[in-house]
Amino acid sequence: MLLHAFAQTTATDSTIYKSRPLKLDEVNLASSYYTQTGDHSAVMGGQTGVLGDETVKDFSNGIDLKFVGWGAHQQKHTFTAGLGIDYHTSASAKYVSITGASKTGGSRIYPSLNWEMDNQAKGFGLGAGLYYSSEYNYHSFGMDFQFSKKTHTNGEFSAKVNAYLDQVTLIYPSELVPGSKTTTTTTDSTTITVYTTASGRTITTSSGGTSTNSSGEKYHIPTTPRNTVSGSFSFSQVINKRLQGSINFDLVAQSGYLGLPFHRVYFNTGKDTVENLPSTRYKLPIGARLNYFLGDKVILRAYYRYYTDSWGLTAHTASLEVPYKITPFFSVAPFYRYYTQTAAKYFAPYEAHKTTDQYYTSNYAYSAFTSGFFGVNIRIAPPDGIFKSKLSALEIRYGHYTQTTDLLSDVISLDFKFK
Amino acid sequence: MYKQFLKKTIVVVAGCFVFASCAHVKEYQKSRLNDSEMSLSSRKVEKNELNFESYREGASGANGGKTGGGCGCN
Repeated sequence: MLLHAFAQTTATDSTIYKSRPLKLDEVNLASSYYTQTGDHSAVMGGQTGVLGDETVKDFSNGIDLKFVGWGAHQQKHTFTAGLGIDYHTSASAKYVSITGASKTGGSRIYPSLNWEMDNQAKGFGLGAGLYYSSEYNYHSFGMDFQFSKKTHTNGEFSAKVNAYLDQVTLIYPSELVPGSKTTTTTTDSTTITVYTTASGRTITTSSGGTSTNSSGEKYHIPTTPRNTVSGSFSFSQVINKRLQGSINFDLVAQSGYLGLPFHRVYFNTGKDTVENLPSTRYKLPIGARLNYFLGDKVILRAYYRYYTDSWGLTAHTASLEVPYKITPFFSVAPFYRYYTQTAAKYFAPYEAHKTTDQYYTSNYAYSAFTSGFFGVNIRIAPPDGIFKSKLSALEIRYGHYTQTTDLLSDVISLDFKFK
Repeated sequence: MYKQFLKKTIVVVAGCFVFASCAHVKEYQKSRLNDSEMSLSSRKVEKNELNFESYREGASGANGGKTGGGCGCN
């Protein structure tokens, strides 16, 4: 009988871990409408009034497709393919031409690919991403690599290295286009001169007369690089059954053309020029989050960030969001964000810079100001999907933003999650 | 001077929360911690807000959004 006991064959355990191929797990659709008014357009050197109009409308849409598969040794692989498309109009853009005849609309397209591997047995993860962004005056190629590791005490450390290699198209204000010309002498001793304008069109003149290139043959508008490298570090920790927090900081180094070529600066002499900013910038933001589940229905989501950089700008950000769970699957979350910054050392308002200044900008994003942003977030996520469909979660978020520079904006965003 | 004191206080209080009482929480006790609204990151629906903040403000980073580059922002 004992021999029979040891002769038993073990039944195959159906719960033994198996690899699974990639499968579409989740689709996220996001849409957002942003509208802004303001009175210190950087294109017109921070002037107020009609010339300083900062009205902007932006409609952005994005889709993410998330594929999940399982490899050997409990490795979960997640691939996310994303595509974003924005369309915006900007009242200040018309004054790139001093006559106000420039285009005010533009669009941006930005695809992305991400891979993450989560080794659940050993508690670590790896990831990588590729990003591209294209708009009329700016092109960007980015990549990142990340690593994360869980601790035995409900903590997690993560690190990411990220680089963006960008090209800024040098579209100058029309009256400030550098006198770009090339002159050649033909075999019959005629002198041909080719001028390049801000729009990229060429005007050809020959000795004794002028003519315009009939097809407006597009001449390549020069571009110049802007590079950004950053290291991001984060540590999160469960503190007790209701409280968890995290600390994050980034080390950022930028180099290249760090201004925008169509931003004007007016000196105290009345003469205008293109803004001139240093070719390097180092940033250090440090942020902390603390989330607490109060009672059975209320969550407190708190965030604080301190920021400093090599251009002399320091800033504090503090926000509090309070989701109230009307039901376990329906929550309403009012929020408020407070922000304050000092001016960068190169900022001065309209007609305040001296011609002897080495660096100068009148972009009010670099001025001293305080802002407030308040709104509400609504989230619906029933376990069987909304109306028992594939739509597993819907979020609607509205916010109103004000700056002491008289800039006001409103943003409404929607996010649909399908599973 | 008040600002310096406030900064130090925030750092110390935050440090106390993180390091002083990290109770050992078992997996079955994490029902509240695992709630989607307890996540220690920005919501996906906030992405456009982080974008416009990076254009309209001088500071960026440490929030899951851009730290610089990738756009004609600050």
